[in-house]
Amino acid sequence: MIWLLGLSLVVMLAAAFAVLLLRDLLAAIAAASVVSLALSVLFVILRAPDVALAEAAVGTGLSGVLLAYTVHRLGAAGRYDP
Amino acid sequence: MRGRDLAALLFLAGLGALLASVMAELGFGNPPLRAGGPILEQSPSQVGAANIVTSVVLAYRGMDTLVELTILFTAATAAGMVLGQGTRAGRSQSPAGFILSTAADALFPFLLVLGAYIILHGHLTPGGGFQGGTILAVAFFLPLLAQPNAGIDERITTWVEGSAGAAFLLIALAGLAGDGFMAPFPGGELGELLSAGSLPVLYLALGLKVGAELAGLMGRLLTEDEA
Repeated sequence: MIWLLGLSLVVMLAAAFAVLLLRDLLAAIAAASVVSLALSVLFVILRAPDVALAEAAVGTGLSGVLLAYTVHRLGAAGRYDP
Repeated sequence: MRGRDLAALLFLAGLGALLASVMAELGFGNPPLRAGGPILEQSPSQVGAANIVTSVVLAYRGMDTLVELTILFTAATAAGMVLGQGTRAGRSQSPAGFILSTAADALFPFLLVLGAYIILHGHLTPGGGFQGGTILAVAFFLPLLAQPNAGIDERITTWVEGSAGAAFLLIALAGLAGDGFMAPFPGGELGELLSAGSLPVLYLALGLKVGAELAGLMGRLLTEDEA
């Protein structure tokens, strides 16, 4: 079980760095959803299925949809251009 | 390196040190609170919910949940005030592509069933009003992403939210007839769908309220005029 814990932690870290490094905002939002998804797996491993469900529903579903819609609404103004 | 970066780095280091010192005190897997043991032992006979988390959320810490609902309600109200009245008179938004429309249509019934299942089985399996309500809200929001001009009827969401909140408060007040405010009514066989007394009804009201609140909020966000 400890390797699964480690795996989800690594996935979380990688996805979190992907959020920072990705140029495409939609891809970054997808990566942020992956962080939440891996975190909910971690919660299941830690025997907190209730928290895992909330994390999956809010972190992956709700905030992902909300962020994606915000980027869509901003249009060209939301383009990330460093 | 600019001064702002340096300040951010310093702040992060300080925060990390604080968190690390707290984490060093806590053993992994050893909860510092000792309330868990007695609750695990007594809750099946006292409250009668197979999912002990639910018996904590709605019975032992029911007041917390009530205040949590209040916080959500206040936040939704404030956001609604900031976003203003949803008038769709502004620019009309083009419908989304084929993939999103089809996926939203196909997912809608499944999300509805899943949300209802998670709410109604909150006292038996993990999940409950908050989680199921969020899924319900997303179920109503996805078709809206595909058809932005459809909108969500705010009268319906407001009505559902208000009556669900009132039902939650009424059940909480009805507890006064028994052991006190928010006291649960035990009843039914442990593990049955119709068990744990008033908890499933409470969770149903909570789920409907959360779902209507979030759906109304997102619908308002969607139909808000371009400033």
